[in-house]
Amino acid sequence: MKEIAGAAEYFLDNGKEWLYNQSDYGAVFPLLWQYKDEVKTMAQAFFGGVHPNDMKAATNEKAIEQLQAPAQVVIPMSMHFGAPCTPTVSKGDYVKLGQKIGEFKGLGAPIHASVSGTVAAVEPRPYSMGGKVMSVVIDNDFKDELSEEVKAPADPDALSVEEMVEMVKEAGIVGMGGATFPTHTKISSGIGKVDTVIINGAECEPYITGDHRAMLERPAEIIGGCCYLAKMFGVNKVIIGVEDNKKNGIESLNKVIEEQKAPVVVEALRCRYPQGGEKQLCQAVTGKQVPPGGLPASIGCAVFNINTAIAIYHAIKEGMPVVRKVVTVSGSGVVEPKNLECPIGTPVSLLFDACGGLKDETFKLIAGGPMMGMAQASADFPVAKGTGAVLAFAGNENKVSADPTCIRCGRCVEACPMHLEPLYLYLYVQKNRIEDLEAAHVMDCIECGACSYICPGRLHLTHSFKVGKQKVKEAAAKAKAAAEAAKAAEEAKKEA
Amino acid sequence: MLNDYKGLKLIASSNPHIRNNEDTRSIMLDVIIALCPALLMSVIRFGFRALIAVAVSMASAMFFEWLYRKLLHKTQTLGDLSAAVTGMLLAFVSPVTLPYWMLIVGNFFAIFVVKQLYGGLGKNFLNPALAGRAALVACYTGQMTSWIDPSTKAPLFGGLADVVTAATPLSMMKGGEFEALTAQYGLRDMFIGNIGGSLGEISSMMLLIGGLYLIFRKVISWQIPVAYIGTVAILTFLFPQGNDALTWMLYNVLGGGLFLGAFFMATDYVTSPVTKKGQLIFGLGCGLITVFIRYFGSYPEGVCYSILVMNCCTWIIDKYTKPTRFGVDKKAAKEAAKK
Repeated sequence: MKEIAGAAEYFLDNGKEWLYNQSDYGAVFPLLWQYKDEVKTMAQAFFGGVHPNDMKAATNEKAIEQLQAPAQVVIPMSMHFGAPCTPTVSKGDYVKLGQKIGEFKGLGAPIHASVSGTVAAVEPRPYSMGGKVMSVVIDNDFKDELSEEVKAPADPDALSVEEMVEMVKEAGIVGMGGATFPTHTKISSGIGKVDTVIINGAECEPYITGDHRAMLERPAEIIGGCCYLAKMFGVNKVIIGVEDNKKNGIESLNKVIEEQKAPVVVEALRCRYPQGGEKQLCQAVTGKQVPPGGLPASIGCAVFNINTAIAIYHAIKEGMPVVRKVVTVSGSGVVEPKNLECPIGTPVSLLFDACGGLKDETFKLIAGGPMMGMAQASADFPVAKGTGAVLAFAGNENKVSADPTCIRCGRCVEACPMHLEPLYLYLYVQKNRIEDLEAAHVMDCIECGACSYICPGRLHLTHSFKVGKQKVKEAAAKAKAAAEAAKAAEEAKKEA
Repeated sequence: MLNDYKGLKLIASSNPHIRNNEDTRSIMLDVIIALCPALLMSVIRFGFRALIAVAVSMASAMFFEWLYRKLLHKTQTLGDLSAAVTGMLLAFVSPVTLPYWMLIVGNFFAIFVVKQLYGGLGKNFLNPALAGRAALVACYTGQMTSWIDPSTKAPLFGGLADVVTAATPLSMMKGGEFEALTAQYGLRDMFIGNIGGSLGEISSMMLLIGGLYLIFRKVISWQIPVAYIGTVAILTFLFPQGNDALTWMLYNVLGGGLFLGAFFMATDYVTSPVTKKGQLIFGLGCGLITVFIRYFGSYPEGVCYSILVMNCCTWIIDKYTKPTRFGVDKKAAKEAAKK
């Protein structure tokens, strides 16, 4: 006690002297200048975010394993952002690996057979987005006979930009990080506008390690894809953003870049969720913010996932469409978590089998990561193009409150990467105040889940914003319909 | 182990599927832990009456919370520990010699009227403990403004008649006895808490330890305490009423309930702004009003009322410190707001 008191007294007496004598505060600035790069990174980093335990240790040292070929695959006709594809095969047809079985209309990407065999059925089946969708069921003949449609170009380096985009389109590539936006649309709409091509290797969602493994095991394919992207956009540099919890991944990429003298730069990003959000990644890399309702192209950026880069590499080099997917199978409900590569359409139950099965007390299955993934009603759904992970939770990871209460702590405001005030939005949704919701920019919400994650009152914030956005859309549609009806009535009056 | 996966009882809820460990209960528990060093110092100074007063206050606050929820058939919320914190803080801002029954009355006002009538945790606009103190000051002014001499122990039972009373540093400063104060208490006494005052406010050192614990645990942010204490420090340093500006400033900062108010009262989530910018303004406002009351008001101390006044301003601070919309230039946003 006395020692503390003595120290405090000493500090008070001498601190006073020190304050009086201090005149050379300028000495501080050279010291700060040493840290200018860190300061710059900090200034650019996006505002908000959370730091969930990344849980990647379960799988990040396990090499990608090939899953034993499934006896049957169920390929959903909706694996992209846009309207579902129309099946181009019917029951009894023989299809080969890589053969086109679904054609898109408008916004979308074609779908290909991931195994060779006979079409067993073309019917609606459950899929990971909830409910059922038209699917092509193929009985595998285990021959993996390659379709004649898959043709490698004679000289991939001599292709024109249009030809390359066409190959990306024909390969059915979509955003492989989970957003599944058709990649050829993103490229063709971005050419001319985009000066910064960013590859998303942040992998900020906990548990998922597919991107990390790809960096370690397939760096040449990633860099190859980056080079094709640079060529298509006509830029002389592609930036790969990687969170700094994947140090060996960064090294592995840098090694290949050096060997190939590729126009690619790897940028280490501070770990924070949602670093891999498109808008957040643009901000972290360029310091610029995408305007509300805009696309990254409006600030000259285009963002592609690392797996999309790999898919682009295979599409242009070998003419190979997207037929396989690396899936991280993890979570407390999985006996032996693994990274597995399997044909698209593989039932996830086979993935769980390969990981030693599920524990009895499993209470949640998720397609995707724990922050943004979708909870499934059953284990009866296939792997799609955007399925980067399948998680099973057992035990007490489900922290819910019987009586969720906001204590106005402000953690959600601090966490929101879109600068919203979730606590007020929540209030407006509860009270059905649609105009206030719109004025508070609920439509800016990217549903990343950071606010719900951090909320000590256990409010269902993200869920209520989904509801709120729906309400705003409905109200807008209603207002539009009413305006049109009024206009029609007026015109009818005039005619009369 | 399951191999057909048909027998799974699955929950299909919205994302996110993981939640942070921290919840309301753990936050409140952290606040209670952070108050313990100061309580220890009070027990050393005033004797076990301090401990009993805190226990009585916490028990009565929790009882009233339970009673209200029971009477109105609402879910019980004792588990979140917010009532316990309110009870503890009310005891901290009352003199140690205050009769136990008065503490119970104060808790009734704090929990029933200020907190639950407005809808319970998260809905009240005033800090319950401070509002309870304000009510007690109005009802029992004598008992609420008489302080036991810090060199004597308080008896477990009995009131002011049985103890030696002494002035607090702030009342001596208010009375123009600054020279006498500096002669009586050194800076060391002021910092460690060898002075007169409310049960829990005397030891700035222990409160600082607790406050730093809360900042370290990220339960509170630094904005409110730094803005609050900084404002008081700068104002008293610039306008000293003694010979030495620095000494006057330090006695002002350490002498009253400033540390308790800045770290534990003004930072109350429910009644303070949600944005960092708002919290700075809030702390600044608290500091200004505290100094105004100490300099120009009739009370020697202004922490309690300054925080209550700023509590009432919280909604308007929130309204004008909204974060700038993502992707919008600050200047453009301002111009849009003007139109």
